[in-house]
Amino acid sequence: MRLASLLAAALSMAAPAFAQTPIGDADAGKTVFAQCSACHEIGQGAKSRIGPHLNELFGRKAAGIDGFRYSKSLERAGADGLVWTLDKLDAYLENPRVLVSGTRMSFRGLRKKKDRDDVLAYLRAFSESPANIPEAEPTARKVEVELPPEVLAIKGDVAYGEYLSSECKTCHQLDGSDAGIPSITLWPEEDFVLAMHAYKQKIRIHPVMQMMAGRLSDEEIAALAAYFGSLE
Amino acid sequence: MTLNRRAFLGTAAAATVLSAPMLRAQGRPKVVVVGGGAGGATVARYIAKDSQGAIDVTLVEPTRTYYTCFFSNLYIGGFRDFSSIGHTYGGLASEFGVNVVHDWAVGVDRDANTVTLASGGVLPYDRLVLSPGIDFKDGSVPGWSTAAQNKMPHSWKAGSQTQLLKAQIEAMPEGGTFAMVAPPNPYRCPPGPYERISMVAFYLRENNPTAKILVADPKAKFSKQPLFEEAWNSSYTGMVDWIGPDFGGENVEVRPDSMELIIDGEVEQVDVCNVVPGQKAGRIAEMAGLTAENGFCDIVPATMQSRVDENIHVLGDATNGGDMPKSGFSANSHAKVAAMAIRGALTDSRVFPAKFSNTCWSLVDTENGIKVGATYEATEEKIAKVDGFVSQTGENSALRKATYEESLGWYAGITADMFG
Ligand SMILES: Cc1cc2nc3c(=O)[nH]c(=O)nc-3n(C[C@H](O)[C@H](O)[C@H](O)COP(=O)(O)OP(=O)(O)OC[C@H]3O[C@@H](n4cnc5c(N)ncnc54)[C@H](O)[C@@H]3O)c2cc1C
Repeated sequence: MRLASLLAAALSMAAPAFAQTPIGDADAGKTVFAQCSACHEIGQGAKSRIGPHLNELFGRKAAGIDGFRYSKSLERAGADGLVWTLDKLDAYLENPRVLVSGTRMSFRGLRKKKDRDDVLAYLRAFSESPANIPEAEPTARKVEVELPPEVLAIKGDVAYGEYLSSECKTCHQLDGSDAGIPSITLWPEEDFVLAMHAYKQKIRIHPVMQMMAGRLSDEEIAALAAYFGSLE
Repeated sequence: MTLNRRAFLGTAAAATVLSAPMLRAQGRPKVVVVGGGAGGATVARYIAKDSQGAIDVTLVEPTRTYYTCFFSNLYIGGFRDFSSIGHTYGGLASEFGVNVVHDWAVGVDRDANTVTLASGGVLPYDRLVLSPGIDFKDGSVPGWSTAAQNKMPHSWKAGSQTQLLKAQIEAMPEGGTFAMVAPPNPYRCPPGPYERISMVAFYLRENNPTAKILVADPKAKFSKQPLFEEAWNSSYTGMVDWIGPDFGGENVEVRPDSMELIIDGEVEQVDVCNVVPGQKAGRIAEMAGLTAENGFCDIVPATMQSRVDENIHVLGDATNGGDMPKSGFSANSHAKVAAMAIRGALTDSRVFPAKFSNTCWSLVDTENGIKVGATYEATEEKIAKVDGFVSQTGENSALRKATYEESLGWYAGITADMFG
């Protein structure tokens, strides 16, 4: 009894204050999160992909996952003491580049307060404590294209990729900044390959990218993925 | 002892030079680039960056600030300020080690492989790249010459001409007339005149709504025509009068002193007259003896070498670019193929197949962007189109807004790609 209440006290001290404030509707937030899931995983076993995984996000220091290659801006923000509290996450989701100007997160932002509240409620459910992360599936990425294993296994020729990438760089900025055209640097190679094949097969809909990817061979896509993944 | 040692060192140094057959004379191979625009700045940056000092790159460009023609129409419409379309060469020099020489190239000696500068300097080269953009054909519009460009600006090279045209539009009397003489094919930026008309219409709608726009056009059809016409009909109803060749649009004359535009014998008194004449490669290409009969330079698609001289590469608007339009995007694309080919020829870097692409965005009204694009490959004969797309009429406003935002990203991307 005494021990239990001590433990409870210790836990509540450790648990940040956010745990008490209700935000929005986590179920509705799951739907909103679909927009995030092209890059971010969350849930049991979630891994960092194009973006860092989002388990235990609340209270995490910005750029706080070891081994993930963040933008310089986000690294700087973390070093300057930015911590992902409810307020900061709300501001970041409203317009990422207003809070962190050089972020590589290519996301225009959620303008509606309700959408932000709901998705934050959903995210917070995965932040309580590692043990409490809901049993649910790690929100797997949408599988856009099925590629034969031999295509995924192609080892990209980085030098060829560098030449091919010069064509990408007319629009996409090498440092990953996004002034209206999304960042493509430092993606995991497999995600890059999948995305390009999704354009090539016209499953992803952007006409410029369908055209650009449409004339690249499997080897050329692998070369680009290897080059963009190898930067820095 | 000392003598022997010196003699030994001397021999060793001489042997090193001789054993590097790629190197002409002493030292690193030399590339001279004439013109620091979309093609020239890009090729200088890519050769210097990727050869990591193995090639000596000199860029000759008279102006210290390059104003992009791309987005100059947005400045005219009031969507950009002038300084936002200006770029300087400091980064090319300091970050990539390009020798930037602010001067005019006035001659090319193709036997001696040298370029002469207006200041009298002479630059030797192993490879020369010309990306001088365009000049105007004499007599293309009767009554107009560059001597009249302050009364009737072309504003087809960006800079003071662009500012002049904007000032003239702002000074138009209420209900006045803006006229454009559109150019014949082939010319720099196929959608450019029509984007300009849209941006002038936007400005006038907001500031001088009873003003009129008159376009005399020698072409029966033009780039993205249904999209531009859709915008003119819906956003600027009744403002734009486009006169194609069927109604005399190819039979024009101008009188700059009296601000008259004569279309098929009929005299129009106008307040602003934007004359965009017929075009040819920048004069230095002609002086170097590289131009074909139509005034532009024939090139070998796989390398962008001149068909006339294999030590010279020609890029951008100055070329006969096959299926590719003359655009900043195209010039930037040419530059990457040329940079790869030149590095391959002068050092032992790998050579890859040429790939070309282009996309041209145009703004027709606030947050209303349209685009056209294609990919290309090098065939023996020309740069040939592979695949393409164009925006559709009737697209919803969210898509048009996204297209506009994309164009902002492209502008930031290509200017970073040119200047670092
Ligand atoms: C109104 C307008 C809108 C446009 N919009 C777009 C657009 O949205 N997208 C797009 O892709 N393209 C656009 N363009 C086209 C684009 O600007 C050109 O196609 C592009 O600039 C061509 O690049 P270039 O290197 O051939 O020539 P330029 O960029 O013109 O560069 C040539 C350079 O060479 C220098 N030069 C010339 N002669 C000499 C000499 N003898 N010695 C030394 N230097 C010399 C000049 O000073 C100049 O800086 C537009 C053009 C116009 C006019």
